[in-house]
Amino acid sequence: MDNYPALIVIAPLLGAFFAGLAAWIEKRLSYPIALAALGLSLFSAVNVLIQVIATGTIQYRMAGWAPPMGIEYRIDLLNAMVLVFVSGIAFLNLIASYKSVIQETSDRAESFYVIYLLFVVGLLGVVATGDLFNLYVLIEITSLTSYTLIALGDRDRGPLAALNYVFIGVIGASFYLLGVGYIYIKTGSLNMMDVANILSNIQGSTTVLVAFFLCIIGIWIKMALFPLHVWLPNGYTYAPVAFSRVVAPLMTKVMVYVMIRLMISVFGFDYIFTELNLGKAVVWMGTIAVLAGSIMALSQKNLKKMLTYIIVAEIGYMVGGAWLANELGMTGAILHIVNDALMTFALFLAVGNMVYKIKSVDLPNLKGLFGKMPWTMAGFVLAALSIIGVPPTCGFFSKWYLVLGAFEAGAYHFAAALIISSLICAVLFFKVFEICFFESGSKGHGDAHDHGDSHPAVIIEEAPISMLVVSGLVSISLIVAGLYSGTIVNTIILPFLR
Amino acid sequence: MADFLALIVAKYNYWLYIILMMIGLYAMIAKNNLIKKLVGMNIFQTAIILFYVSIGYKTEGTIPIIQNAHGGHGSHGALIHAADYINPLPHVLMLTAIVVSVATFGVAMALCVRIYQRYQTLEEDELRMRLSEK
Repeated sequence: MDNYPALIVIAPLLGAFFAGLAAWIEKRLSYPIALAALGLSLFSAVNVLIQVIATGTIQYRMAGWAPPMGIEYRIDLLNAMVLVFVSGIAFLNLIASYKSVIQETSDRAESFYVIYLLFVVGLLGVVATGDLFNLYVLIEITSLTSYTLIALGDRDRGPLAALNYVFIGVIGASFYLLGVGYIYIKTGSLNMMDVANILSNIQGSTTVLVAFFLCIIGIWIKMALFPLHVWLPNGYTYAPVAFSRVVAPLMTKVMVYVMIRLMISVFGFDYIFTELNLGKAVVWMGTIAVLAGSIMALSQKNLKKMLTYIIVAEIGYMVGGAWLANELGMTGAILHIVNDALMTFALFLAVGNMVYKIKSVDLPNLKGLFGKMPWTMAGFVLAALSIIGVPPTCGFFSKWYLVLGAFEAGAYHFAAALIISSLICAVLFFKVFEICFFESGSKGHGDAHDHGDSHPAVIIEEAPISMLVVSGLVSISLIVAGLYSGTIVNTIILPFLR
Repeated sequence: MADFLALIVAKYNYWLYIILMMIGLYAMIAKNNLIKKLVGMNIFQTAIILFYVSIGYKTEGTIPIIQNAHGGHGSHGALIHAADYINPLPHVLMLTAIVVSVATFGVAMALCVRIYQRYQTLEEDELRMRLSEK
């Protein structure tokens, strides 16, 4: 079928419409509709990926209008891969969310599904589109839906966190929109390919310079690069857990994708690294983001908030890697988009299971969790090891590429920051393990076979099976993705970059 | 000085949008009341909309509707000059941007209502005090 690229985005859009409509008749109908829509989207994304690997870039013309006049969906190896991960994570999260949505927002579960679908529409559209203004509109769709979903969370802090996010998010999106305006003044086009062709013939234009900075800073605000990160920790902490599970891995990563897309497909490496020579400065910014994110994570008392600061650090990894101006660094950054999405998803799934059972994930509340929720904690340990970067989990491989790239570019400070941040993550997670493992009500050794005879007091209280299965599946996929990272690099990333 | 003034006069639309934008940004940063911040946000977005609208304008241009373009009387022979018509594309883009800004404003107002219901105030310093009490 030729229409798969459109179907990826349109399936959840129509799904949102029908899920909302069906909720008027029978509230229970909206969940299966949402599930079917995201399933169809995932199916189309996988098909598109297979097609792109086999035959190369797909150019899909919306409603048959030829670019540069019409809007084009341009799917190459990079978007095809990101699309599969976005739709896959959104789909899996919806499976895991059924119980926790009922628990957290019982009276508004159906509106949660509708807005959730629209959020995914925005993310998928941002990844698929080849048009600069269309990108803006879709970014705003994702942002608007995330404001509302964050406000559905914690009753005291949720709306305030969401409102802060609105103010900063609007500034980010407006900067990007202004940048697009300047690009339009200079090129008269909004299609990325067309703009790139025209820009390659323009040298030394101040308008293009202003456009470049406005676009990139707008996207940096949206992705929460360190000094611009203030909206992220509160927003993601006070959101309902069913939503923070999907927004934490996807939103920032998709924005990193947008940055890489602007760098590669619109402005071009020659302009950024040779003409403006910005590489070094931004790698420093990435270095600072990595260190600052890790250090701020150390001081947190709430597990969910601690993880949000780790996201801030991970953004630094990807931004630094992408601006190293060599193939290894870019490979690492792109691989880390995928790996970090998986790792963060696995971590937040485990946290979601904990929240379902113990409500508050302040660190002291986690005591004795290894005995109580062994499967959840197994998933959490795997995800934590991956964030730290222990082989053979996937986190190791992307960090490896990033470190190699940093050495090749001579950016030793970035390599050092990566290693220090890994150490800090190790300290952080072992601190959490210690609380969960040793400080239980019963005595020390928490080995599984001990429980049966010597500590009968510990009762296993696990999360519902749907949440456990998804959590286990994603945690195992971390190792699988690690083992196959060579394949991902050789079949997708390197052919894309060359 | 005269050169500078000439520069301002020649590109006055850019100066105006930047001034408006800065007024909006100032309100967003400096105001204490959340609704005033929202108004600032709206001014900020409107400035960008005005910027887009102004770049589509051409002196002596008219609305871009071509009469009898699809082969009625007199469509033959009469040449169409792009310079006679203003550029409609930025204006059309702004229809979408207006929708986006209205939606953002609506969501933000709804959030304010929720905050007010919970804390009975929209002043930021009072909110901060209430939050630190807990």
